Amino acid sequence: MLGVLLLAFSVVSVASAELCKPDAQNAFKVRLSIKTALGDNAYAWDANEEYLFKAMIAFTMRRYSSKSTTQISNVLLCNVTDRVSFWFVVTDSSKNTTTVPGSEVEAAIRMNRNRINSAFLLSDKTLQFLKISTTLSPPVEPSTPVWLIVFGVVLSLIVAGIVFLVVSGIQQRKKKNKESTERENLEEKGEVTITIENGIPCETLDLKAGHVNGVFAADDERFTSL
Amino acid sequence: MDVPPEVPKEDGRPKWDNKFQYILSCIGFAVGLGNVWRFPYLCQIHGGGVASLMVSILVSLYYNTILTWVMWYFINSFQEPLPWSICPLNENRTGLNEECYESTAVNYFWYRKTLNITPDVTDSGTLQWWLILCLAACWAIVYLCTIRGIETTGKAIYVTAIFPYLVLTIFLIHGLSLPGATEGLVYLFTPNLNILQNPRVWLDAATQIFFSLSLAFGGLIAFSSYNPSKNDCEKDAVTVAIVNSITSLYASIPVFSVLGFKALTGYWDCLDRNIISVINEYDLPEQSITRQNYTDWITFLNSSNPEKLAGLKLKSCDLQEFLDQSVSGSGLAFIVFTQAIILMPGSQAWAILFFVMLFSLGLSSMFGNIEGVFTPLLEVKVISKSIPKELLSGIICLASFLFALCFTLGSGSYWIDIFDSYAGSLPLLVIAFFEVIGVAYVYKIKRFSKDMKWMTGRKLNLYWQITWKFISPLLLLIVFVAFVTLQIQKKPTYAAWNPKYEHFPVKEQKVYPPWVQAICVLLAALPCIFIPLVALIHLIKRMRRSKDPSFVPPEIFSCQEFNSNFSHPPQK
Repeated sequence: MLGVLLLAFSVVSVASAELCKPDAQNAFKVRLSIKTALGDNAYAWDANEEYLFKAMIAFTMRRYSSKSTTQISNVLLCNVTDRVSFWFVVTDSSKNTTTVPGSEVEAAIRMNRNRINSAFLLSDKTLQFLKISTTLSPPVEPSTPVWLIVFGVVLSLIVAGIVFLVVSGIQQRKKKNKESTERENLEEKGEVTITIENGIPCETLDLKAGHVNGVFAADDERFTSL
Repeated sequence: MDVPPEVPKEDGRPKWDNKFQYILSCIGFAVGLGNVWRFPYLCQIHGGGVASLMVSILVSLYYNTILTWVMWYFINSFQEPLPWSICPLNENRTGLNEECYESTAVNYFWYRKTLNITPDVTDSGTLQWWLILCLAACWAIVYLCTIRGIETTGKAIYVTAIFPYLVLTIFLIHGLSLPGATEGLVYLFTPNLNILQNPRVWLDAATQIFFSLSLAFGGLIAFSSYNPSKNDCEKDAVTVAIVNSITSLYASIPVFSVLGFKALTGYWDCLDRNIISVINEYDLPEQSITRQNYTDWITFLNSSNPEKLAGLKLKSCDLQEFLDQSVSGSGLAFIVFTQAIILMPGSQAWAILFFVMLFSLGLSSMFGNIEGVFTPLLEVKVISKSIPKELLSGIICLASFLFALCFTLGSGSYWIDIFDSYAGSLPLLVIAFFEVIGVAYVYKIKRFSKDMKWMTGRKLNLYWQITWKFISPLLLLIVFVAFVTLQIQKKPTYAAWNPKYEHFPVKEQKVYPPWVQAICVLLAALPCIFIPLVALIHLIKRMRRSKDPSFVPPEIFSCQEFNSNFSHPPQK
């Protein structure tokens, strides 16, 4: 009895060793970079994490196909390294000796990638399924490109400045024209006369303040004061 | 009787509000983009009236297109993440855009998203509408600031000349705090004696300082013509020259700190990528190989299993190689510096500051160029006095905008390189040479000394007399001859960005077709031809007017026409 059990057990383990090994058919290599993603909050990779991984894969297979009856025991892990990287394979729940085709596993994982990532607090880059390429999400594009808005603001400021300067220039010119025509009109009527004495307009000479001529001031002292 | 005060000449000519405005304008004109992006590159790799007007026109046309690019980058800096930091996806969203992936995101944004460059100069491509918008905005800004000549530029210059120094200081402080800054500065200041022996180095240095001061553009003459007659121009000239050189040196420091930072980050990235490959291949624990013990690990792994290590095809990471990787000119600002800005925290703010600084630098130089066009046109009696200044400047700006539209084509940047190398270089040497010869030998130093004495109150220093009579003409001649011989020796080629090239992203070296070469020669020769042409015209006019056989060169005449404020000292 014991011998039969032992035989069965060794057959199973040999079979699973056959099924899960590097570069086996339908096997996938997984690589995790926990320290890179979490830094000081990194958790250690132990048997419990492996259990969680198996559970996630089983969940993924079930979610992908409603007919699937994958159990946690159907997911086999092997060759766990310090890196942390390992190979896994999903066996068929009905027949323990065959593996689920790789394309199914791939499609299932693609569909549920987000859930798997968040279970381990990792991202697409730090939890890598080496043969499964990720579909990249397009960057968020606002309806109007941002640069067009900024451009609109800049251009309106410039146009406002130009309009202001041109209008003020025209106003100044009008005022100057009005002043010069007024002056011409007054001169015609002869009301404004510019007195000129010796070629110097009298306005430039400050008649009120006057200037003291030193020669005459000194002369005053020749006469004694009375 | 009192002596009447001197009645000032009422000629309606505008004047600077104060001396500081004039100095700032000259500095702003002299200190341009070249101080920031050309001088630091050169440090790194080694160890004339109608003629001036022509050059000013040609330069104005293409210079503002560079400002267009700066503005495009500026308005794109308000996004998170910066558009030149990530590659867009390809059509079926399975990976990154191929052109972007092969080169870098920064290169892709510059060559594809900004220029939409064609693979050949003959292939014109289409007008890029986003560049047309930015070009219109730039010319509108130039119009706004030059609308009334120096009345408005004098106000604008306070901002555009001072702001770059502020930003350079901010970058200096931040740059020096970045890792790798010391490596960059050490690299800048260590002279490489082998390279210094190459005469090309000295030629580059001479041409750089010459073009950097924006001489022979006519802009400096135009600015100076608005000064009062009794102005200490000797002090002004020395001030502007010194400030220009100090600015170039001052700008090198933050530029090289940032370049050092970029080189170090590139080096670290290279190392990290290698480390990841090794860790993945050998399934070693994470972070077991650090940057410090990387070389030890490699030697250990190489000794145990060399084939496996060779199979990884690791890139050799050399910090010197990264430091050598800079470019000059537009490449420095739009490729190298933008790449460095992505790596800094708060990159939007740095990008905005940087591009506003570049814009101010370019704008203040544009003022000089436009004045170099505006002032002569106002002086010459071709334009009637009834046309308001606003209209004249508007016409100049509009005409330049329409012409500059051809620089917004797909092949536009190739044409800008052509204009920059041929119109903005050789004619200036010729014009400056003739200006110096004209003042020193035809107008005669003695007369000029008397004028200087009247203006500044001091006799003309012996230093100026010697340099103007002998040293300057000689140096200019040497630079000119060396420049021409070097240009003739090599075939005129250009580097084209061709995604289909087999060695892409390395640029493809192509030869200019003959018709393009003819245009290059025309651009270089056209302004120069005007000097003897106008001389001939004036000679004929003079001989017809009076039978006086003495010959006065037209440069002096045109200078006097352009500088009507420059009056001779009163005859005793």
